[in-house]
Amino acid sequence: MDVVINGEQRKVTPGATLLELLKELELDPRAVVVEHNRKIVRRAGLEGVTVKEGDAIELVHFVGGG
Amino acid sequence: MRVTTAVETIRDTPLEIGGRTFQSRLMVGTGKYPDMDTMVHAIEASGAEVVTVAVRRVNLDRSKESSVLHFLDPNKIFLLANTAGCYTAADAIRYARLGREAGFNDFVKLEVIGDEETLLPDVAGLLEAAKVLVQEGFKVLAYTNEDLVTALRLADLGCAAVMPLASPIGSGLGLLNPFSVRTIKRRLHVPVIVDAGVGTASDACLTMEQGVDGILMNTAIASAQDPVAMATAMRLATIAGRAAFLAGRMPRREVAMPSSPTKGMLD
Repeated sequence: MDVVINGEQRKVTPGATLLELLKELELDPRAVVVEHNRKIVRRAGLEGVTVKEGDAIELVHFVGGG
Repeated sequence: MRVTTAVETIRDTPLEIGGRTFQSRLMVGTGKYPDMDTMVHAIEASGAEVVTVAVRRVNLDRSKESSVLHFLDPNKIFLLANTAGCYTAADAIRYARLGREAGFNDFVKLEVIGDEETLLPDVAGLLEAAKVLVQEGFKVLAYTNEDLVTALRLADLGCAAVMPLASPIGSGLGLLNPFSVRTIKRRLHVPVIVDAGVGTASDACLTMEQGVDGILMNTAIASAQDPVAMATAMRLATIAGRAAFLAGRMPRREVAMPSSPTKGMLD
């Protein structure tokens, strides 16, 4: 199943939740913020959201900046 | 070399922004450092309590890459997320919300940029975004130009602090318009933090001498040949400028006035 993560087309396991997606990408859910189709999903809610074909997901964190 | 000062004797009130109290009037960024170790030591040398960070995409192909948070202790420093790189109010609002989620507080350094070459703010977009974010409960520190009317509008909207620039971001040109910055400080009832454009310690000192509440810088420290030493210089300059402001400078004169007695001279 194709989704767009951080602007890149990616194949993910069909029926995966956002939490499972993070695990697949080897990302610590405590270290990233997830935006799913333009809506922020809090850590506690990651398990409850199933990823669907064509979804747009942004995974962000803090980097150095002024 | 260890530089010591007797500045402990300065009577000053702490800096209060959006209900939070800070002892240091110098805030620093975390961008452009040659490496994380230098950044950590420079922040420590600066004495800054407020440290800015940016929100960006995680690099998916290097998942072990740590965020800047890995190097900063949120119990010791106050993380201020920015909306750097945003060119519309909608983008800035989106980044601010993500930053709040990633961070530890509801403060945001709001930037809405209007021009790529100068990185000068888009004040219309800035006012629009500030209004929305204040309504959403953010403590907005608004990066703006040195225009008094925009500063007044930002304060009226409920911004926690207004941040006029000294000169364009990363330019190192120093404080180009002391008069306007002084006017903004005189007219606003919220803290005024000068943000961007400082190049070296004298710029920081001159800026603080205008009576503003604080100063924020990144490139001047990070791009110095020795960032840790420059961070120390900036800490001292910020204290010196503040102390000079509190001390009250002598009036300027167009003619000389002898410092030694004119009486008692030999015939």
